[in-house]
Amino acid sequence: MATIIKHYRSWGRFPKSTPKQVIPVQWRSELPDFNAIEGTVLPFGYGRTYGDVCLNNGGTLLDTTFLNRMLAFDEENGIVCVEAGVSLEDIVSFIVPRGWFLPVTPGTKYVSVAGAIANDVHGKNHHSAGTFGCFVTRFELVRSSGERLICSPDENTELFKATIGGLGLTGLITWAEFRLKPIPSRLIDVERIRFENLGEFYEIDDESVEDYEYTVSWVDAMATGEHLARGVYMRGRHFDPPLPSNGHLSLPEVRVPFDLPSVLLNKFTLKAMSSGFYGLNFRKESRSIEHINPYFYPLDSIKDWNKGYGTRGFLQYQFCVPDKDRKAVREISKTIANSGEGVFLTVFKRFGDLESPGMLSFPRPGITYALDFPNTPTLENLLSRLDDMVLEAGGRLYPAKDARMSARHFQAFYPNWQEFARYVDPKFSSSFWRRVTGETAC
Amino acid sequence: MLKMMIVGATSAIAQETARCFAADGASFFLVARSQEKLETLKNDLIVRGANDVYCFALDLNEFERHRELVDAAIQAMNGLDSVIIAHGTLTDQRRAEEDFEYALQELNTNAISVILLLTIISNHFEEQRKGSIAVISSVAGDRGRGSNYIYGTAKAAVSTYLQGLRNRMAKAGVNVLTVKPGFVDTPMTADVKKNFLFASPEKVGKDIYEAMKNKRDILYTPWFWMGIMMMIRNIPERIFKRLNM
Ligand SMILES: Cc1cc2nc3c(=O)[nH]c(=O)nc-3n(C[C@H](O)[C@H](O)[C@H](O)COP(=O)(O)OP(=O)(O)OC[C@H]3O[C@@H](n4cnc5c(N)ncnc54)[C@H](O)[C@@H]3O)c2cc1C
Ligand SMILES: NC(=O)c1ccc[n+]([C@@H]2O[C@H](COP(=O)([O-])OP(=O)(O)OC[C@H]3O[C@@H](n4cnc5c(N)ncnc54)[C@H](OP(=O)(O)O)[C@@H]3O)[C@@H](O)[C@H]2O)c1
Repeated sequence: MATIIKHYRSWGRFPKSTPKQVIPVQWRSELPDFNAIEGTVLPFGYGRTYGDVCLNNGGTLLDTTFLNRMLAFDEENGIVCVEAGVSLEDIVSFIVPRGWFLPVTPGTKYVSVAGAIANDVHGKNHHSAGTFGCFVTRFELVRSSGERLICSPDENTELFKATIGGLGLTGLITWAEFRLKPIPSRLIDVERIRFENLGEFYEIDDESVEDYEYTVSWVDAMATGEHLARGVYMRGRHFDPPLPSNGHLSLPEVRVPFDLPSVLLNKFTLKAMSSGFYGLNFRKESRSIEHINPYFYPLDSIKDWNKGYGTRGFLQYQFCVPDKDRKAVREISKTIANSGEGVFLTVFKRFGDLESPGMLSFPRPGITYALDFPNTPTLENLLSRLDDMVLEAGGRLYPAKDARMSARHFQAFYPNWQEFARYVDPKFSSSFWRRVTGETAC
Repeated sequence: MLKMMIVGATSAIAQETARCFAADGASFFLVARSQEKLETLKNDLIVRGANDVYCFALDLNEFERHRELVDAAIQAMNGLDSVIIAHGTLTDQRRAEEDFEYALQELNTNAISVILLLTIISNHFEEQRKGSIAVISSVAGDRGRGSNYIYGTAKAAVSTYLQGLRNRMAKAGVNVLTVKPGFVDTPMTADVKKNFLFASPEKVGKDIYEAMKNKRDILYTPWFWMGIMMMIRNIPERIFKRLNM
């Protein structure tokens, strides 16, 4: 377990931000008096958001991580009720031995339940399950007026929808209840299949989405020409013992083969690494049985791997685009590959059409890309071009991974933002929200 | 199953230790001032696997009620195997230099209440010839520093008391653990600027759990504080007095 904690920075370490004060929220029965606080407030969980969604420069942060108690666990029906700051890690280590798992999980366990709601996070099963918010049955929302509201699909419905994916702006979540899913074992049966280009990706994806709960691909985004968007398709499902017919359980084969902070990155080492990833899976197809932890959270074992992020480090860029005609995906992939910018790790995934209750929720049917770019002086040229291409294709950027999109783009990506704004608590704000709505005061 | 009393149960550190014991199925008797907070903890520990949980709201500075407290714990759980004492307040040193009442209250909370309560508990354990005691003292008690010597004095008193108690209790097969955390990121230190020396309450709470299981005598947590305090204790007084610490 980590010794050092609490930076009140975001995971991408950009932008730099200094809260005026941080108020720890320790007890649901002892909430801060919002009216006594000058300026705006924003809840802060584990700071696993990359950009400024979790920052409130010059304002107050409410540290919610002490709200980490469980309220109830219905083992029969798989429903947990926990305080807002309980981490998914805490929940996973508690429920997995009891035969349950998170219905949806992001790529790290070190996020709070309220953080998962506020960004309405998605996982490798978006195509089969939707977002985290789809499983939330109710929560308590405290408004700066002091009002405590139980929000659910039937009660305070509008605030329920606004708070899921609501970026912490609608008030303070103090506890939340959500449904789990039963699992037959702690193992995941994973198949990895190499694809040589985008066309092959689609072939495999088409045949996989129906039958595999989890799908995701690593893509060599720097490959061009006939290898455009080549990569490794990974599809998995919960492993139901007994052993496969050959009785052979192979160990996990692919580990994350890098130590980010220490690598001196340039275009060439990146290229080597990107194709290295690809080369790792030298066999066309492989199958392995993996434990839940390394499968879902490969990066969690590397402490502080984000140290390499920041102004001169990396920049995460995630968007989704509809892909009915698949043209946009091809064009965007080409633009990235031909840009000459290095790309470190690219994750590619199909989003399904299960709708989240979240008003401002990010996922839309289509393909999502999550790219890690080393932050070069020329990178912004590419990114602003991508912003436009994404917009034109009817896609959008993910606020949780963003620190730079313009107000104009945000408002076009999320055309219902003004409707959402009606539910924003007058006392709550964030650096992100001020940036994308063009407000200045905090 | 283990029958454990936790005094100052609402402390961020104690909560984490309690969770470890809850997963083992222990029974708990929780003590702190706020009934409402105790009920919250009770729920948490039950969900996490505790057998039974009882709550008792008490200001530990009501010394005359200590016996009632210990009796209630023994009666509720039908016995007592283990005690953790975690309550405490971080003293505002400047204020304690001016405000006599305040200084007394701080010494009472951080030292006298601990010592008096342990007097009752240790007699009980000595009589039953088993038991385990863990008390959260602090590295601040290892050497007095200008910036917090009232708190440090209280913790030093507790640490010294525990040395003596351990010596006595060893003969009765009762284990006494002195816990000396460094900086921990808890509500107690909310106003202190965080640096790389800060540990999480989970880490410290878990260390305490393991030290109790292993019947340790003294625990510095995280471990590196043992080295730091060794150095600090060894700085000659004529130099130390000139440092700003
Ligand atoms: C390695 C890594 C992998 C990731 N993988 C994925 C992924 O696969 N899919 C995905 O969707 N995301 C992913 N993320 C992003 C991450 O899941 C989200 O940013 C998540 O919201 C972070 O939660 P947090 O507890 O750290 O919250 P913070 O980052 O601290 O805050 C996030 C938001 O939650 C709000 N908030 C926090 N607590 C409360 C509360 N009590 N009440 C109201 N609002 C609150 C904050 O105000 C803020 O708006 C990943 C991040 C990392 C670092
Ligand atoms: N945090 C650190 O950096 C640090 C470092 C070294 C040592 N320590 C020690 O570790 C222990 C736990 O501290 P923590 O950081 O976990 O602090 P904390 O979360 O502030 O907990 C302290 C607890 O003590 C209880 N308490 C205080 N006065 C009391 C009284 N008169 N009667 C009954 N209960 C009382 C409080 O409970 P109620 O308010 O509910 O009554 C509170 O929950 C303390 O002994 C502290 O001195 C802490």
